[in-house]
Amino acid sequence: MNMGTIQKLTNGTTGGPVFVYVQDGRVIRITPMEFDDLDAPSWVINARGREFSPPRKTTLSPYSLAWRSMLYSPTRLLHPLKRVDFDPAGKRNCKNRGESGYEQISWDEAAEIVSSEIKRIKREYGPAAMMATPGSHHLWGHVGYRHSAFFRFMNLTGYTSAEHNPDSWEGWHWGGMHMWGFSHRLGIPEQYDLLEDALKNTEMIVFWSSDPETTGGIYSAFESTCRRQWLKDLGVKMIFIDPYFNHTAGLLSDKWFAPRLGTDNALACSIAYVWITEDLYDKEYIKTRTVGFDKWKDYVLGKEDGVPKTPEWAEKESTVPAREIRALAREWGSKKTMLAAGGLGGWGGACRAATGGEWARLMICLQAMQGLGKPGINIWGTTQGAPHNSEFLFPGYAEGGISGDVDNSAAAYRFVYRMKFKPTRSSINSPMGQHVPRLRIPECILDGKYEWRGKGFCGQSIEAQFHQYKYPADGYPEIQMYYRYGGSFIGTMNETNRYVKAYQTDRLPFVVNQSIWFEGEAKFADIILPACTNFERWDISEFAGCLGYIPDSTCQVNHRVISLQKKCIEPLGESKSDYDIFALLAGKLGFHELYTEGGLTELDWVKRMFEASDLPNHISWEDFFEKGYYVVPMPEDYKSTPALRWFTEDRKRDTPDWGPHPESQEEFGKGLQTTSGLLEFESSSLNKFDPADEERPIIPKYIPSWEGHHTTELYARYPLQLVSPHPRFSFHTMGDAKGSWLNEVKDHRVLKEDGYYYWVIRINSKDAEKRGIKEADLVRVFNERGAVICAAQVTERLSPGTVHSYESCAEYDPLGKPGESADRAGCINILTPSRFITKNSSGMAPNSCLVELERYEGGEA
Amino acid sequence: MNKWNMIIDVAKCHDCNNCFLACKDEFVGNDWFPYSVSQPLHGHKWIDIMRKERGQFPLLDVAYLPTPCMHCDDADCIKAAKDNAVYEREDGIVIIDPLKAKGQKAIVDSCPYGVIWWNEELDVAQKCTFCAHLLDEGWQQPRCVQACPTGALEFLHVDDGGMQRVSESEGLEVVHPEYGLQPRVYYRNLYRYEKSFVAGSVALEDTDECAEGAKVTLTNDSGQVIGRAITNNYGDFKIDGLEKDGKYSLEIECAGYKNRELRVSLEDSRNVGVVFL
Repeated sequence: MNMGTIQKLTNGTTGGPVFVYVQDGRVIRITPMEFDDLDAPSWVINARGREFSPPRKTTLSPYSLAWRSMLYSPTRLLHPLKRVDFDPAGKRNCKNRGESGYEQISWDEAAEIVSSEIKRIKREYGPAAMMATPGSHHLWGHVGYRHSAFFRFMNLTGYTSAEHNPDSWEGWHWGGMHMWGFSHRLGIPEQYDLLEDALKNTEMIVFWSSDPETTGGIYSAFESTCRRQWLKDLGVKMIFIDPYFNHTAGLLSDKWFAPRLGTDNALACSIAYVWITEDLYDKEYIKTRTVGFDKWKDYVLGKEDGVPKTPEWAEKESTVPAREIRALAREWGSKKTMLAAGGLGGWGGACRAATGGEWARLMICLQAMQGLGKPGINIWGTTQGAPHNSEFLFPGYAEGGISGDVDNSAAAYRFVYRMKFKPTRSSINSPMGQHVPRLRIPECILDGKYEWRGKGFCGQSIEAQFHQYKYPADGYPEIQMYYRYGGSFIGTMNETNRYVKAYQTDRLPFVVNQSIWFEGEAKFADIILPACTNFERWDISEFAGCLGYIPDSTCQVNHRVISLQKKCIEPLGESKSDYDIFALLAGKLGFHELYTEGGLTELDWVKRMFEASDLPNHISWEDFFEKGYYVVPMPEDYKSTPALRWFTEDRKRDTPDWGPHPESQEEFGKGLQTTSGLLEFESSSLNKFDPADEERPIIPKYIPSWEGHHTTELYARYPLQLVSPHPRFSFHTMGDAKGSWLNEVKDHRVLKEDGYYYWVIRINSKDAEKRGIKEADLVRVFNERGAVICAAQVTERLSPGTVHSYESCAEYDPLGKPGESADRAGCINILTPSRFITKNSSGMAPNSCLVELERYEGGEA
Repeated sequence: MNKWNMIIDVAKCHDCNNCFLACKDEFVGNDWFPYSVSQPLHGHKWIDIMRKERGQFPLLDVAYLPTPCMHCDDADCIKAAKDNAVYEREDGIVIIDPLKAKGQKAIVDSCPYGVIWWNEELDVAQKCTFCAHLLDEGWQQPRCVQACPTGALEFLHVDDGGMQRVSESEGLEVVHPEYGLQPRVYYRNLYRYEKSFVAGSVALEDTDECAEGAKVTLTNDSGQVIGRAITNNYGDFKIDGLEKDGKYSLEIECAGYKNRELRVSLEDSRNVGVVFL
């Protein structure tokens, strides 16, 4: 046995920190971390006569366990590539993108072409003529992260950012914020110490559009799984409201409701109706902690529009029986109930729909009626709120890393003062410069103009999302070049044939793609730069440590764990770390010194980040380097400060939250960010902006979806409502396709006789029977926007009329012409609408989508 | 002599596939002589998760059966192998010797549980080893158990007598006991995967309310009472642990209302729907 030559190293992934075993230059094993007796003790919560303490180890998401198959994937990009029919000095043949072959070139040639194009475009048009954007996520490691290495480079070279819509937040951002503020959290609430609160006080949890066993909060693997099991063992009743009998429901559900897609808001209004008419709500709380209730109450009772929002009315809309709505409302109104609206406490697929903004508002309305913030009663996703050392400073990735970008990251909050570096900023990627919305990249490229409201994540204030922008911005050029970092949009944006078409135009003369695998949008680039994974470079990170717009996101994990991400193996082939790629380009562009601060390596930056944190007060660099991880201890005198308890008691905020900003408050720390400081059933921010907007009225309402069962003409042709949530096993595209072991997970892809792994679409047995579809049959799913070939899973976990297929296919495999033929890989996002939630809510609404499907017998479709 | 045993709680498995993926991580592309050779890149499922839905929308449940090698005390694979290519260790783990077993396809077919896989490239039969190579290095559990987030997988190092006591006191079962192979993988709540239920919802027609506290009695054709339930605040009831293919009578009683009786023919789990009183 040669076990003696195996090295045990440490690293970090999006799905949790890991031990990595390396032998002879090969990674042979990746496991969760198990702590030893020297690591800080675990917290203990005393509740209901019992003691609760977590296991002394970390958990890992499924895709993190599949990392070896991704690291050594046959689709890894190992060399720089140039599209064979692209000649920057001659014919570019842009229309062939997505169909052309590639040839290997040297790094020098690749860097030369890319930098020459950047220089040419700057000279002929100006720096903003280069558009650049990363995906929403990144391989783990705070130095290498997109807010860090990518921002630092782009800020120095100049670019038009394709700003990300607040995808995870949507309805909370565009709707919820107008009821309770929390703009510094993009409209979702703080969650401090709600685990202890729930263990002590909660009797029931309603999981509404919430599947934490699948979504893992954010980046927190299965940390909260044991905590939900504790609550179940204590007898806490668990109700699920979701079009799909989801995976958390499968484990814990006592009762499942499946309102028709787009009608959750009718259900919510009717619950309020029962509470009002049967006196089952907290009148004292409404009177002292909210404003505008009477106006909304009149709406619910039907005094405004002549339609009382009775359970009978809601049954017609949602198909949930009226008597069950009454039973739910009565139970909820008489028990201390947590509303897990979305998986994080906020979020949830219901917020990404035509009805998303009103849904988030109505979730807040309901819990406000029950005394939001009182013991055992809150909006709590069950994923955050573990006992947490909020004083110990280790930056989240959203604090800007090595970029120090105070405008586009949370660097200005505290980290930019601690880090030893020259921070960078971009005048272009600022409200006074130019940017485009990621959701409208195709329109901007193909039409050359667009107008919209809101720049990216509008967290600075409630008003920021109202601000209007246009492309091109005054004095700025049209886009001539696309530097695409990653390649996921065909599987993750909406109506994604648009993105394909946006590549195949002479209006976009140059496309660079920097990716790890040859998949998705990488196949549309002129030049491909091969990047390596986090296992092939140095970095440092914390478990679930994003922070930024999720302050103290690390209160999800059972133990705060900071990992030294040791470089386990050399980069495969000629791939390079993103930092090294940017440094190479920076050299060609003349700012290598500035970018690398005089030649710092990634390990040098890791050490700087270590020194800028609180780690040196507790562990030496040498010891940290040796052990590879550090478990942050709990403070000795830890004091629990439950979220929003201070608000219910009209005290100054005692939680460690990062906002709101004093400028938005009458008295700093007192009340919410809203003008009144209270929960606003009648929104003062919407009233100041556009009180006549019927799509986003000043009081929350049930507004039938603009693509749903009421849009009768469309519904007659496409009678199935598609829900496309976050995937179960991969992390969006991370882990899917690319020869990964995830493809063999039965509920992820289905291997058919032709040797292809097909994406799954789930369909109720009655709908399947009507269409002659059996388990594992191939089906063509289609609407006006395109078609996708999937393998059918016949199930009882959906109501008839609803189909379910995850978003985030990593590959794009059109059967015929790209952008115009069915995709065999499974990009269900080809079918979803590109329409914004409302005219002024510039967010995505994929879960308002009508489709039809039929058996697929082969051919181009 | 302490031996290794696994207990799998069907009620705690939710098909996250961490066990399946951790097993691939340990064995794909890794030789662990003399315990095992590398599993192929794709295709094997040394721990295979079988899936079941019981019931019909909207009253249903889902159950998952992680199925590793059972490490039978009286294994058929040991008997089918030539040249002592398959053997049981003192600690109960059954190992296929990767060298001696070369070419012996019969080993794959010998297993009635279907947990042995053929490696075409290396020409050898392979299966779960309970990560014996790690246990021998001091690990206390195999990779699958380590990765399981819900506690569905447990691993016990205890002698046969001790395991017997645990099994009896906790009502553990094995899959296919009729094979008589003495597996050392035990299951909790196996009824979730193997048995059927009758479920339904009771509602009051006159008030259109859920009937809470209604008495539900299930009797078989001989008049024997097989199960009872009281409806909850949603009027829902569920009588579980039934054999498939049964014919039953379901009687529903609620004070102030006329009794209802239904005939239920059970092929598999049934949601009888809403019963109005």
